[in-house]
Amino acid sequence: MTTGQQFDAIVVGAGPAGSSAALAMARAGLRVALIERGEYAGAKNVSGAALYAPGLLAELLPNYWEEAPVERFLTRRVISLLGQESALSIDFRTDHFAQPPYNGFTILRPKFDRWLADKAQQAGASLITSTVVDDVLYERDQVAGVLCRREQGELYAPVVIAADGANSFLAKKAGLQGEFKAGEMTLGIKEVLRLDAHTIEERFNLTNDQGVATEYVGFATGNVKGGAFLYTNRDTLSIGLVTQIASLAQQRVKPYELLDRFKQHPAVAPLVRDSVPIEYSAHMIPEGGWAMLPKLSRGGLLVVGDAAGFVFAAGIFLEGMNFAIASGLAAAATAQEAHSQGDFSTASMARYRQQLEKSFVLQDLKRFRRAPAFLNNERLLHMYPELLCQAAENVFRSDGRPRRKLGRTIYSTMRGKVALRTLLRDGWQAARALFF
Amino acid sequence: MQPIEERLELVRFKVDKTPHIRVNSEACKDCDTTACVYVCPAGLFELLGGEMHFSYEHCFECGTCYVACDRKAIEWNYPRGGWGVSFRAS
Repeated sequence: MTTGQQFDAIVVGAGPAGSSAALAMARAGLRVALIERGEYAGAKNVSGAALYAPGLLAELLPNYWEEAPVERFLTRRVISLLGQESALSIDFRTDHFAQPPYNGFTILRPKFDRWLADKAQQAGASLITSTVVDDVLYERDQVAGVLCRREQGELYAPVVIAADGANSFLAKKAGLQGEFKAGEMTLGIKEVLRLDAHTIEERFNLTNDQGVATEYVGFATGNVKGGAFLYTNRDTLSIGLVTQIASLAQQRVKPYELLDRFKQHPAVAPLVRDSVPIEYSAHMIPEGGWAMLPKLSRGGLLVVGDAAGFVFAAGIFLEGMNFAIASGLAAAATAQEAHSQGDFSTASMARYRQQLEKSFVLQDLKRFRRAPAFLNNERLLHMYPELLCQAAENVFRSDGRPRRKLGRTIYSTMRGKVALRTLLRDGWQAARALFF
Repeated sequence: MQPIEERLELVRFKVDKTPHIRVNSEACKDCDTTACVYVCPAGLFELLGGEMHFSYEHCFECGTCYVACDRKAIEWNYPRGGWGVSFRAS
């Protein structure tokens, strides 16, 4: 360890996972390098973006929402099933989510990630932007640094934290992650639409700083497996789709054409009317869950956030940044412990996974491990939302003819469309995935 | 439908001289799925007269194309640090 520059820890990637890890370690007195390939932190990052469990960061940054670039506090959650021309929604709101530390808020990643990376820097971490890391460096089979794509790009530290996102080349190069499959990765695309704050509040029935996150399934993505979202920011809307990559290829549809269609849906068009697109973006999401988790560590290396596949996609839940932050903090704790004992071996690094097993990160992914397969069910994504919308239409229709009782109306809507056996099997699968 | 070019005009790209993605278009010649053409969120792949045409300049660096390509014809890397896409409002 005589060449290059010496740090106590190197973090690759200044997203929520990397910056949280760097901040925690810098606070603990470690010399930290935080390396980011974008020209600023957040330049390459895209989310919906709803940050849930924002209290996680408050341990390091008390009441940070008072100064951070936070858009709106989420007090309203809507799940909307779309038929071709109809929508059936669950609309939940509570003021209990309006108190600190809040349940979630919307953010815009280029602003929020940049702010968080600045916090890590203020705590003493060296933030190095515009720098790609191409590989890890080894010393006797243990990771001992990284190779940056520049002259004399070797940087050495006894522990490296790979927070390099969904396409983690570091996890792959270090032999922790295999090749991705198109069935376990999704593509998120998104538009940010400008709309004045007052109109947003009126249109979405919100007061002051409050916001709503709406998730759509069904006709939202045509015949492609996936869903859509619409989140309110301060004076913009974030609207987008999350679609399975294999399914897009199979259906031979372009994602942005689906987005156009989604925006024209009668339940969506009035919400985005008169808004002006200011940016279009896309990102890959590792949605495979428990089944595709890589190895999380080896001697001298820890993998966090999207790089580790820590995305919680279970239908009504779509969370990632809170998993990123929690894993970043767990990695930081493991690195500190390793420093205090002078032990960066495979066994020492394995404490990271043990810590995650005690937290929601691995517990939620494990408990809901059947959700990805369940969400892959064609009927659930397309047929059932359409049928439920039709059933609702039949129930609510008033046409001067005698009404049948509700059971009869619903039964006749379903009859011939789906076999009772299939319905029961899917119901059982849903119950196993989400309920019991 | 809004042309993809209009959408891409809203995005800031700092385009490097050398491409960060290489496509082995030999492998594309008899490809019948052409997944890349459909999945790319920036619409950067186009099959013209049996030949795969590809531009890297407006790439979002998402990685979807190489995950979708079942012929492994796409050699994919990140652009140089500080180059490529820079999201500002997402």
